[in-house]
Amino acid sequence: METVLTTHFANEQYRHADTYLQFGGYEALRKALAGPRERIVDEVKKANLRGRGGAGFPAGVKWGFLPKDLSRPRVLVINADEGEPGTFKDRQIMGKAPHLLLEGIAIASYAMSIHLSYIYIRGEFIREARIVEEAVAEAYARGFFGKNILGSGFDLEVSVHRGAGAYICGEETSLINSLEGKRGWPRIKPPFPASVGAFGLPTIVNNVETIADVPWIVTHGGEKFAALGVEKNGGTRLIGVSGPVNRPGVYELPAGVLLREIIYTHAGGLKDGRQLKAVIPGGSSTPVLRPDEIDVTYDIESMAKIGTMAGSGGVIVIPEGTCMVRALHVLMNFYAHESCGQCTPCREGTGWLSKIVGRIENGQGREGDLELVLDVCDNMMGRTICPLADAAVMPAQSFLWKFRDEFEYHIKVQKCPFGNKF
Amino acid sequence: MSVAFSDAARSELERIRSRYPDREAAILPALHLAQREFGYVSDEAIVYLADLLGFAPARIEGVATFYTMYNRKPVGKYHVQICRNISCSLLGAEHLIEHVSKKLGVRPGETTPDGKFTLTAVECLGSCGTAPVMQVNDDYHESLTEEKIDALLDRLP
Ligand SMILES: Cc1cc2nc3c(=O)[nH]c(=O)nc-3n(C[C@H](O)[C@H](O)[C@H](O)COP(=O)(O)O)c2cc1C
Ligand code: SF4
Ligand code: FES
Repeated sequence: METVLTTHFANEQYRHADTYLQFGGYEALRKALAGPRERIVDEVKKANLRGRGGAGFPAGVKWGFLPKDLSRPRVLVINADEGEPGTFKDRQIMGKAPHLLLEGIAIASYAMSIHLSYIYIRGEFIREARIVEEAVAEAYARGFFGKNILGSGFDLEVSVHRGAGAYICGEETSLINSLEGKRGWPRIKPPFPASVGAFGLPTIVNNVETIADVPWIVTHGGEKFAALGVEKNGGTRLIGVSGPVNRPGVYELPAGVLLREIIYTHAGGLKDGRQLKAVIPGGSSTPVLRPDEIDVTYDIESMAKIGTMAGSGGVIVIPEGTCMVRALHVLMNFYAHESCGQCTPCREGTGWLSKIVGRIENGQGREGDLELVLDVCDNMMGRTICPLADAAVMPAQSFLWKFRDEFEYHIKVQKCPFGNKF
Repeated sequence: MSVAFSDAARSELERIRSRYPDREAAILPALHLAQREFGYVSDEAIVYLADLLGFAPARIEGVATFYTMYNRKPVGKYHVQICRNISCSLLGAEHLIEHVSKKLGVRPGETTPDGKFTLTAVECLGSCGTAPVMQVNDDYHESLTEEKIDALLDRLP
């Protein structure tokens, strides 16, 4: 199977520039710098490269939102905040192949006439931040960053900025505030970052994986990348599988792979012969699926058709024997903890959801609680500055819709039939 | 008690400042530095940074309190942070937190009387494929079992 990103992940030396260069590293940058900027944007458009951070926005289209006027400098910010529960892929890229990201940054910056770039890495990834910083220093030392890159006349400054523990900073406008030294409060849009972003400058925010795909696209052409995936969703994806499966981990697979195959073939199926009860397919915010819904290809459009999302590529496998009320309670605690508190529906709503689901789980659910949960959801969805409120609502609604009898049973017998613990 | 950066930290801060078009952007990195230098972000550290960076202390404090990684109170020599989110929970994280809690004699959020350990239950650490996961100071420990945790914690000086 053709791989774009993981080809040399097993090689421990690949994170160093010398080894990366031995395998043809930075040739794509050389090729890009030798041609016109528009050609790169065209190839990325042809590649059908969709953002890998969760929303799946076409990268080439996003790049086109930058103002034509070049008099104001612009900024490229790499989103390496990786906070969505179930997602652990960008850490792999940074730890094992940081130069893929750095080469992608150089090419994307050139394509967009950007001379300033920041890599925003979540605070807990101390090891990965160190590896990326070392790689950045190597890239400077070899003339891939800095002034007059490879004699092309193109300049680019790149630095690492570390977060400090806040899921919300993965949201792009929160991330921009955090980069600027502020609290990570999301901003009201418009203006969109492409017109007013970091330091008041036009800014593009892209996920680590999105940008790490760019060198391959330049080397092999957009069409070839597109052909690895399906119609509107080009390339491969790094898919993380977690939960009680035989081989949890990150797999690079074509975007059109079946969800069933991801779980049963690649991740080796469930441990100890356990049966599948549910799947959260694309990170904790994405609507849950029942076992009879997993014969779906893992591309953005197909997942949307069945009412869920491939999101950030984190497949969470839930086995039979798990209490779905408890699982939802864990998720609702998380969103309540991470709401930044700016919008009342989100601040209050996430708190309510965690409280109500918690009391149902603990055998104190009241008649009408399920309607109350759905009502709270309705009052949150689409009514806030950023999509964190929606991110809490999607699991809440889908758990209730698809596993309603389990919630009702808790309320009726006033205790958890599964014994309160995972 | 007043605090001050070492010469090394001061020059690191200068390097950091040169990377941003705006001096405010140095606040997060400066807080990381302060935590490394002083162990935690004390009130004195906030006043010191405010002075050094040229902002009101309230501005620095507002940032410091927003982010979970800046410790506003002293923490133990080892900060044991165990993930309690979904993938880790599915593989027994709740039992592990209880186990460590019993072993150390503290509840999540507390520090042992000898100041050696602080236990915290945290949200997803971004390492769900090797769940259950914990972070002890700068290092991740993955695919945990009670035995692994015991061996690790018993070994710490
Ligand atoms: C609450 C919230 C958390 C997010 N967390 C992340 C994250 O950790 N990493 C990421 O790349 N995108 C995250 N996003 C999506 C970003 O806002 C943004 O869409 C993305 O970085 C754009 O990059 P892409 O187009 O390359 O995907 C998050 C969005 C929301 C609403
Ligand atoms: S939706 Fe929630 S997280 Fe997003 S800005 Fe509003 S309060 Fe903050
Ligand atoms: S859920 Fe524990 S590391 Fe992600």
